Amino acid sequence: MRATMRPWILGGAALAVVAGAAGIEQVAAQGMMAAQKTIKIGFISTFSGPAAAIGNDMRNSFELGLDHAGRKLGGLPVQVIYEDDQIKPDVGVQKTQKLIQSDKVDFIVGYIWSNVMVASLKPLIDSKTVTLVTNAGASELAGAMCSPYVFSTSWQNDQTPAAIGTYMNQKGVKSAFLMGPNYIAGKDMLNGVQSTFKGKIVGQELTRWPDQLDFSAELSKARAAHPDAIFAFYPGGAGIQFVTQYAQSGLKGQIPLYTAFTIDDLSLPRLKDLAVGVPGAQNWVNDLPNETNKKFVADYRAKYKTSPSFYGADTYDAVPLLDSAVRAVHGNIADKEGLRKAIERANFKSVRGDFKFGNNHIPIQNFYLQDAAKNSDGSYSLHTVSLIVKNDQDKFHDKCPMK
Amino acid sequence: MLYFIEQCLNGVQLGMLLFLLAAGLTLIFGIMDLVNLAHGSLYMLGAYFAATFAAFTDSFVLGALLALVATAICGMVLEVIAIRPLYGRPHLDHVLGTFGLLLFFNELVRLVWGPAGMTLSLPSEMLTAVQIIPGLYYPLYRLVIILVALAVAALLYVVVMRTRLGMLIRAGASNREMVGALGVNIKLLYTLVFGLGATLAGFAGLMQAPILTVQIGMGENILILAFVVIIIGGIGSIRGAFVAALIVGLIDTLGRAFLPDVLHSMLSVDAALTLAPAISSMSIYMLMAAVLVFRPEGLFPAASR
Repeated sequence: MRATMRPWILGGAALAVVAGAAGIEQVAAQGMMAAQKTIKIGFISTFSGPAAAIGNDMRNSFELGLDHAGRKLGGLPVQVIYEDDQIKPDVGVQKTQKLIQSDKVDFIVGYIWSNVMVASLKPLIDSKTVTLVTNAGASELAGAMCSPYVFSTSWQNDQTPAAIGTYMNQKGVKSAFLMGPNYIAGKDMLNGVQSTFKGKIVGQELTRWPDQLDFSAELSKARAAHPDAIFAFYPGGAGIQFVTQYAQSGLKGQIPLYTAFTIDDLSLPRLKDLAVGVPGAQNWVNDLPNETNKKFVADYRAKYKTSPSFYGADTYDAVPLLDSAVRAVHGNIADKEGLRKAIERANFKSVRGDFKFGNNHIPIQNFYLQDAAKNSDGSYSLHTVSLIVKNDQDKFHDKCPMK
Repeated sequence: MLYFIEQCLNGVQLGMLLFLLAAGLTLIFGIMDLVNLAHGSLYMLGAYFAATFAAFTDSFVLGALLALVATAICGMVLEVIAIRPLYGRPHLDHVLGTFGLLLFFNELVRLVWGPAGMTLSLPSEMLTAVQIIPGLYYPLYRLVIILVALAVAALLYVVVMRTRLGMLIRAGASNREMVGALGVNIKLLYTLVFGLGATLAGFAGLMQAPILTVQIGMGENILILAFVVIIIGGIGSIRGAFVAALIVGLIDTLGRAFLPDVLHSMLSVDAALTLAPAISSMSIYMLMAAVLVFRPEGLFPAASR
């Protein structure tokens, strides 16, 4: 290079252009005409980049739920507007505001990422939009920022790692090294394990999110700390990388790994043997023995030729829940108070069996131990091993002003 | 001490991966004066080809070799079809043109391989750690990456400094017009250089595939780091890319490894845990800024090679 300023331009252009790539890539192609007396649902999830696998699973499950409901909620036709949050809180808020203000949706469903959810919470609460969060479980949502019109069909983040912490006690684990990504959910998860785990925490690491994919430095640190066990929370594609690198580092035979939201039905086909023998806690497993779940899993496999994950299962539940609420207000969806009360009753058949909400609109539910196993046909699937905690309620419900 | 050495190895390993990517980028930019944002796409193609061929042949090594050939061919075809019209035009046109290619390749991969991503599994004997010195265990595959990348660096050095092609490459980097005037087929030289750059990118992609991931857009984040490397190292300089890649790899890794503890001595656990990843990811950009201020031509300017 001859001109001294050029590297500046180059560096700046590269950063700006590459960062913008994800945005332009995914141009939403919705724009159906609004018909009269149609229920409009805004659906926020991630549909671009690697995490699109999660978003697609949620969308597929929601669509399957609508199929099962005859494409109607409480007898009214439904229009769903899908929006991509690109895993970015700022984009998530923007899309939330767009759905509320220009699309004037009646309900908003979705949200994978806790940071996106918390960022979007204010416009949702201010506009009193009836919202069903189907994955993100930030502690804020369960505690101080709980709202009469915001419900979760999933969990509060601390619950799942708290369950695995209980299981680690049962296994006699005396010391642990904790790892997770550096955003709201990662912090919640590490707190969750510590709330139940009675052993010593010999180290913890929060890694850059979402772009850090190499965990060599952190795994070396874990090895050097000589813990009895490693706990990890790495959702989506990061889970694949983490479990792979854990196995490659030769730690698998030395320090057992315990997980929350790291091995799921989406990552298992790629992890295969590496996931076998790594326990995880979950509020839903594909083999839960109730009729609703059997139908959901079988029809999903038939329609999409792949297995649904917990992301999909919790999202599927949103459809019968909304259906029951719209039915209860006889289609008068302007009656938000009626909708709220009807949703609180949770009068629907969940894929998790019995379903009820706590005072803060977070489900009170069971958490199971799951394990991956190789089937006789060479495929892999997750199985329920045992029940870890029954009817667990999150520890933030006291902080929620709603009683 | 052993722990420090292990973390340094982690840094070197990341640096080697960055070097493979940055070497191709700096060759193309230094010799052809082309800003190639599609370099990350070739990195992605290398990984996808390797995953596909490895599944097809049931052999990691065979799959990797086939993938290298395929990426080289892709690179040269790409140069002939899409890159040639960009020569001699302003850098902004390069950025726009190759950014278009980046989107095109992402979409192409989505159409051909689907959105879910792929897995390139290592042979099971690679899933282990070896004892390098007593008490120090290091993942075997990461060690392989370091050694192979060092071999590639040596090979590149020999090619660039000791062969006729390398002489032309160096000549092209310092005075293109003169090289053309001396009767060298510049078009062919450019195609070869682009092919070489593509192969290096593809090689980086397939080497990291078993550790990181094979998915759409995988080249975009690491491309930013590669640009940082060539800016620090001096654009067009392979040696600069090598040194800068090592520096960036070590800073990133050692920052992640030791900053939390350093900060913890001053701050609460929570604050240290949250701050450390942010500061360690900033540090390489601060280094780049410092280099731009004090040595705008980079640590090893191409002219003084």
